[in-house]
Amino acid sequence: MQITPLGDNALVLELGDVIDESTHLRVQKVWRALAAAPLPGVTELVPAYTTVTAFYDPLAAVRAGAPEGDIADWLGVKLRERIKDPPKSEKFKSRTVEIPVCYDAEFGPDLGLVAKQAKLTPEEVVKRHAKPEYLVYLVGFAPGFPYLGGLPKELRTPRHAKPRMAVPPGSVGIGGEQTGIYPLATPGGWNLIGRTPMKLFRPGEEPPVLLRAGDRVKFKAITREEFAKLEEAR
Amino acid sequence: MIRVLKPGLLTTVQDLGRPGYQQYGIVVGGALDAFAARAANLIVGNDEGAAVLELAQTGPDLRFARDMIVAWCGADFDAKIGGESFPRDRAVRVAAGETVSFGFARSGLRAWLAVAGGIDVPLVMGSRSTYRRAGIGGHQGRPLAADDNLATGRASEWAQRILASLQAGARRATAWTVRPDTMGRPAPAGVVRALRGPEWDWFTVEAQLAFFRTTWKATREADRMGVRLDGPELALEKPREMISSSVNAGVVQVPPAGKPIVLLPSRQSVGGYPRLAAVVAVDLRRFTQLQPGDTVRFEEIPLAAAHALHLAREHDLNRARLGLARLTG
Repeated sequence: MQITPLGDNALVLELGDVIDESTHLRVQKVWRALAAAPLPGVTELVPAYTTVTAFYDPLAAVRAGAPEGDIADWLGVKLRERIKDPPKSEKFKSRTVEIPVCYDAEFGPDLGLVAKQAKLTPEEVVKRHAKPEYLVYLVGFAPGFPYLGGLPKELRTPRHAKPRMAVPPGSVGIGGEQTGIYPLATPGGWNLIGRTPMKLFRPGEEPPVLLRAGDRVKFKAITREEFAKLEEAR
Repeated sequence: MIRVLKPGLLTTVQDLGRPGYQQYGIVVGGALDAFAARAANLIVGNDEGAAVLELAQTGPDLRFARDMIVAWCGADFDAKIGGESFPRDRAVRVAAGETVSFGFARSGLRAWLAVAGGIDVPLVMGSRSTYRRAGIGGHQGRPLAADDNLATGRASEWAQRILASLQAGARRATAWTVRPDTMGRPAPAGVVRALRGPEWDWFTVEAQLAFFRTTWKATREADRMGVRLDGPELALEKPREMISSSVNAGVVQVPPAGKPIVLLPSRQSVGGYPRLAAVVAVDLRRFTQLQPGDTVRFEEIPLAAAHALHLAREHDLNRARLGLARLTG
């Protein structure tokens, strides 16, 4: 494991160089070991595809015993010790979350495009998109935006060269080999194939998002009527 | 109570940000120059993390409902209280019914205004910072607008004593100052110190040399997330896609077009562009003050030197803190 500074108040722990499930599990394990108990001077831990980044406060580290001239190395040693010998903590329970999606043309303006390049009917695209269990590799880009791995190969579709200025919240999209859901109205370049009535960003709740890194996701196709009913009930 | 007569260009409620939620894609944000905001809070007797107003380019006009101690730090604004000059970096008395108007930034871009007791807005995920994109935090999740009313918290006893002493002497401002921009060991004008980033080795030797030799120019493409710079194109040794990973305030990322972007505190939690370098934390404030066309040069320093700069600046702020605590008014 290599540790690289990211400015003077963060260290990046590098745990692999490909996006795959075994790297993801390694990232999760390291992240949970570090998060299980406070570390001196460390203020925040952020997991990504192949890295865990530890943000720190240099002054707090010095107050906790780091030598002033060697704060980063001192922290690096603490991080490695913790990873080697993590405290007992509750096992992370990966949840499988079912996300209802209405794939009607009204919500999926790019469904036809995805179907065309896959040489499939739109109905078949929907069937294949809603079949696998996806893995949330990363939550980022926007609050609660899940980067999902596990998209069937034939559905891979390149992003739009020119992103839309505003993608409606709840939109389900395909960007290259990934699929994801837009929690907020943001600009976005992914191919939109449907929309969920579920709220992905929930400020005030703990956690404030529906999906966390490590969760599994299944999409369920619903009708326009079911969409309206769920939207009203939320 | 503070009434917003004119909102200014982009006036927002900010504190020290919303750390702890990057794992959910939620930005840290907060006052772009957190050190200036901390200093302004110190001057008015607040906790350093109290909510302040961040002003940009054209400041607001604000009417105060009661006598209060206020202070601002940051760019050189043409600030006035009821027509009188409103000096920066010191405690200033506003009387009930008076209007504070900030005018334009004469040089620089942003300033931070603290009021005794802090701006009282609800905590959202541990912070009062405005998170505009998500529509949460601050005042109703958005920049201030005309006719908004802002509540303030209870001023500390220390602040009440300072206010009483200014009232008794019929004085507008204290003689003492706290100047955050002179604390620690500031870099010479036009220079910022930087470290190499995780993808430094991905770039050509020419790009590496050019980065530290060029006098870069700030462009109009600048907001609370980052500032794009203009100068030579910085090329990768060979075409390479980066797997998205963490970014940090101060990170210099280089998109395929080769023009660097310096990230500010409202950056996203992850990014997919190679991270060539990182501005040291104490110098990041320079990028919060650049107007289009302003220039900047990077100077490489080692990580331990960056930490020394950070500790020196914290030491100076702590000395100011101890000095103020001894004042009785």
